[in-house]
Amino acid sequence: MSGPAKARPATQPVAITANDLADGRVVWLAADGGWTRNLAAARIFAPEEAAHALAQGQAAERARRVVGAYAVEVELLAGVPRPLRFRERLRATGPSVDAIPRPALPIAV
Amino acid sequence: MDQHAAIPPHARTYRYDAVDRDFLAARIAEFRDQVQRRLAGELTEDEFKPLRLMNGLYLQLHAYMLRVAIPYGVLDSRQLRQLAFIARRFDRGFGHFTTRQNIQFNWTKLEDAPDMLAALAEVDMHAIQTSGNCIRNVTTDEFAGAAADELVDPRVYAEILRQWSTLHPEFSYLPRKFKIAITGAPHDRVAAKVHDIGVIAKRNAEGAIGFEVWVGGGLGRTPVVGTLIHDFVPEAELLAYLEAVLRVYNVLGQRDNIYKARIKILVRDLGDEFRDLVEAEFAAMPRGRYRLDPEVVQAIAAHFAPPAFATLVDDPPALRRARAEDRRFAAWCATSTHPHRTPGYASVVISLKPIGGIPGDASAEQMEAVADLADRFSFGEIRVSHVQNLVLPHVRQEDLPALHAALDAHGLATPNVGLVTDIIACPGMDYCALATARSIPVAQRISERFADLDRQLDIGTLHVNISGCINACGHHHVGHIGLLGVDKRGEEVYQITLGGSATNDAAIGELIGPAFSYDAVVDAVETLVRTYVAHRTQGELFKDTYRRIGPAPFKEALYAPA
Repeated sequence: MSGPAKARPATQPVAITANDLADGRVVWLAADGGWTRNLAAARIFAPEEAAHALAQGQAAERARRVVGAYAVEVELLAGVPRPLRFRERLRATGPSVDAIPRPALPIAV
Repeated sequence: MDQHAAIPPHARTYRYDAVDRDFLAARIAEFRDQVQRRLAGELTEDEFKPLRLMNGLYLQLHAYMLRVAIPYGVLDSRQLRQLAFIARRFDRGFGHFTTRQNIQFNWTKLEDAPDMLAALAEVDMHAIQTSGNCIRNVTTDEFAGAAADELVDPRVYAEILRQWSTLHPEFSYLPRKFKIAITGAPHDRVAAKVHDIGVIAKRNAEGAIGFEVWVGGGLGRTPVVGTLIHDFVPEAELLAYLEAVLRVYNVLGQRDNIYKARIKILVRDLGDEFRDLVEAEFAAMPRGRYRLDPEVVQAIAAHFAPPAFATLVDDPPALRRARAEDRRFAAWCATSTHPHRTPGYASVVISLKPIGGIPGDASAEQMEAVADLADRFSFGEIRVSHVQNLVLPHVRQEDLPALHAALDAHGLATPNVGLVTDIIACPGMDYCALATARSIPVAQRISERFADLDRQLDIGTLHVNISGCINACGHHHVGHIGLLGVDKRGEEVYQITLGGSATNDAAIGELIGPAFSYDAVVDAVETLVRTYVAHRTQGELFKDTYRRIGPAPFKEALYAPA
């Protein structure tokens, strides 16, 4: 089974992610201590801060605002965070396919 | 259940009675309270998770997902309209039909879930036992009650199994989830042999109804074809015998290891002893208590009374003319209709696999259109197939041109049923929290690659199945060509298995070699199809060509240096 990466000491910068309790949407811990749906607005922590950062996320979980907080390793591209794992990139950007079914394409006969 | 309530002569689906409806109302009220307590911070996620799962509510990658049970894939038009309403009101305007003949709403909000369940209850539906280690939705033949080759109507027994398994106190916490399929036709269209229990209804020489029972089939991490443990359980003993199977499993199934907890592992480990244990349990049971009373069977069968068919003839002149004049319509007739037992009628498969579309997805507008067409052309009946298509079971053949035109207007007339673009695919990593790779965009790209209908028809019947993880919701092991997406150092790659089958000659596909990248996998499928076409004999299916010539030519074509 897949799922969040197994907990291990971070070696790269991290962002803290979770799902919003009310609607389940992906959220990221922001600089002001709130939660944002925009990864670009997430607070990025140095690897050595990862444990402390995750504790903040877990505190929010205990406060019943989010579900399943965990740390995601990211790289910074021109200052913009990008998760290292493909799964987390999908979580950050949403499904890679159209949410609404496409109309049928014409079929050559 | 109150078996004496008046049942309409053609009820279309099993209708709940007051006891059922009162129970559902109480259950929804209970869940509404639990949701409010969760949102108010009175329940932790650890406390709440098992409660929401018991009501079919999962938390996926991007949102909550509500999985709704469609009992044995049978719907009436009223129910399908309600699913459309739910899709539009609470989701993003669409739903996803699954290989368990269920529907999933991928963008559910927690606060909306009780209202969604209330809307379902209005049409005798719910989401109970669509999660957890219990008996899940019993699946059956999408052509039940219509197929020309049917010996026994499996809906009657599927409903009996639904009533028996729903909230069964002894089987609510099994070692692992449990899936049952039942068919009443000699041609297995339900993948019976790869279920925890596969039931094949048939008649003996005297015409009495009985059941073949297969156990220990399954896909997932340990794919295996089931074992026949009884070739004719009499109708009256069906529940007792299945209860005996479940009891043995419940006691001896391996609860301490999730990967070894399914019944298939127990059956494999015990061998013949498993059958002996079941027979011993069966012999010791108070059989009178479990006896399936013919009156009960008859009362349930009344819910599935056939509609008032007209006296018609097969292949009427108007249909012949329409086929001759419109090649696209002729192709649709060839691929999308199935022989009906009543002269002048056909069952129609509505492809939910438009070229480049998401397999199994339907918009609210499409669901409403199908509901309207079911009322107009099919006595209000609709079925969901495990291949993720919809079926109108009872259509007059003379109405096929009008039905085709109406479906076409809604993007629902793709003439590809059973062909290479009729792909089974799980939601994969685009939605599923368990997935290790995406399935949907791979299916879309394969569909676009083989879009040309002439080519598809030339290739013929070919089953491509795609799963986004080892749990195999896309049934990749039993595809003629199966793709399994896995995570390799953070990137998606796809393993390919060949020669699988989900029907009477059920077989687990064989791994052909090293996996292909996301970018390369469509070309690999193309190579496999070309190799098949080059080697097949007249009318030979892919799986049969593979079995005849073996893996070498396919391996050579895939991996030999250019």
